[in-house]
Amino acid sequence: MVNVPGLLEINTGLARKILTSFLREEITRAGMTCGVVGLSGGVDSALSCYLAAEALGPANVLAVRMPYKKSSADSLRHAEQVIQATGVKSLTIDITPMVEPLFAQVPSIDARRKGNIMARERMIILFDQSAECHGLVIGTGNKTEIMLGYTTLYGDSACALNPLGDLYKTQVRQLARDVGVPEGIVAKPPTADLWAGQTDEGELGFTYEEVDKLLYLLVDERYSPEECVQAGFKKAFVERVVEIVRRNQFKRVLPPIAKLSNRTVGYDFLYLRDWGT
Amino acid sequence: MMLRIALAQISTKLGDVPANLEKHLACIRRARKAGARLVVFPELSLTGYALQDLASTVACRPAQDDPVFRPLLKASLVIDIAVGFVEEDVRNRFYISSAYLSRGEVVHVHRKVYLPTYGMFDEGRFFALGDRVQAFDTSFGRIGMLICEDFWHASPPYLLWLDGADLFLFMSSSPGRGLRANPELETARWVERVIRGYANTFTSFVAHTNKVGFEDGLNFWGGAMVFDPNGRQITKAPYHEESLTLAELDLNQLHRTRARLPLLRDERTALMQRELQRILGESGRANNLR
Repeated sequence: MVNVPGLLEINTGLARKILTSFLREEITRAGMTCGVVGLSGGVDSALSCYLAAEALGPANVLAVRMPYKKSSADSLRHAEQVIQATGVKSLTIDITPMVEPLFAQVPSIDARRKGNIMARERMIILFDQSAECHGLVIGTGNKTEIMLGYTTLYGDSACALNPLGDLYKTQVRQLARDVGVPEGIVAKPPTADLWAGQTDEGELGFTYEEVDKLLYLLVDERYSPEECVQAGFKKAFVERVVEIVRRNQFKRVLPPIAKLSNRTVGYDFLYLRDWGT
Repeated sequence: MMLRIALAQISTKLGDVPANLEKHLACIRRARKAGARLVVFPELSLTGYALQDLASTVACRPAQDDPVFRPLLKASLVIDIAVGFVEEDVRNRFYISSAYLSRGEVVHVHRKVYLPTYGMFDEGRFFALGDRVQAFDTSFGRIGMLICEDFWHASPPYLLWLDGADLFLFMSSSPGRGLRANPELETARWVERVIRGYANTFTSFVAHTNKVGFEDGLNFWGGAMVFDPNGRQITKAPYHEESLTLAELDLNQLHRTRARLPLLRDERTALMQRELQRILGESGRANNLR
């Protein structure tokens, strides 16, 4: 494996300043006051919550825990630690009675589909809560999972703005440590928590540390796959990751609109979201 | 002679010219009160940067009868002003422009000559290319004005230098990127290195302004600065925060530096012209037609 010291190292103070300013400015200019974060107990949502509390003040952040009956007790406990440490407002909504009736109606359902349904149920709750508190849903997806498409479309990937989407997982951990996320949350194996013992790295078949370095060379430094192999990555690993990235492009763009008119959203009707603000 | 200038490092409302104009007028008043004789705003300071389809709707003409320029020209009776805007010409082409206003007159308009259209930039899609690089006289010397990508090419500052500019005003809306272990973004380091180089090699004053704030996910990093003809930093505004930063320019430094280092005296413009002529005449050279 390639070992370039400091390859993914970031200045956490600068990252913190930019990301808290981003959250504050982009939420208030939209005329909103509050941020809503779905708190899983993992490092990504913990970091989003810490940054939101710093940006908006804890009284303007709502952290929502949405356990399913099979969620691990650790997840709930870690989420509670974040709520206590940041002083944000919180709410716990059990999604079991919402998703179980749907599972029961689909005999062929498997774990992956159940996971997607749970992620989308949580999205429904978060967006509904954002209406209640006059706020925006703050995303928690990082650059690694966005590149790999390791996310549920219109589920955990759905949000109004995303402070972490340009940080690889290893950089998220670095920043999380700097803002004071408890070490137990930062160091534990990342998991979607769909079944006991499930881990991201077990499912993906490689570690975040490995894939982050490869993605950094491929994406940020524009290395060709061949150059990545020359840099010391195994050919099969490089080929697999390149293919995963390509196959998941659909999750990174809005659905294409079939163009018929002279001016079409997405092609030649071009405005930033901050239009007029 | 001492010259006090103010660097207005502002955030803007995207496409809301009246709101941005009001902020300009407030900055101009503050700069005047602080004793500045010139206040410099960033690129597209009246409109915001990533305009896309807003470009044509926020455009104006720098003239006395223009509702945006009228109050600015009035304000320029007591302090010189360099301001960024979208310009629409008489044939309805749109430019990223900067205007220098003084004593109620439009002294000079520079239209951006290099429009970055690559990576995250899409300026060439929405704007026309300027085709002039000219210095102009002011009450405190000859000035050259460039806009962001213009000074990433060596030729516009070089032309301004030969055209007599001793003070360069570089106006940017530079989106911040390149987060690494350093305490500043890579963009900040790149720009600082480049403009310090111009101050050194052209033995001139170089002032840089940059906007702050966000447009969607883009952060603008500020960090306005001024270098003297020795390449020494005179002032530096904070990163990522609005500020009105003052700089004291000792214009006699031009005399002292150029006595020590006569790069301008020794510049071989005829050699430059001969070789450029030869290069442009040769077939197969890249960029020889633009």
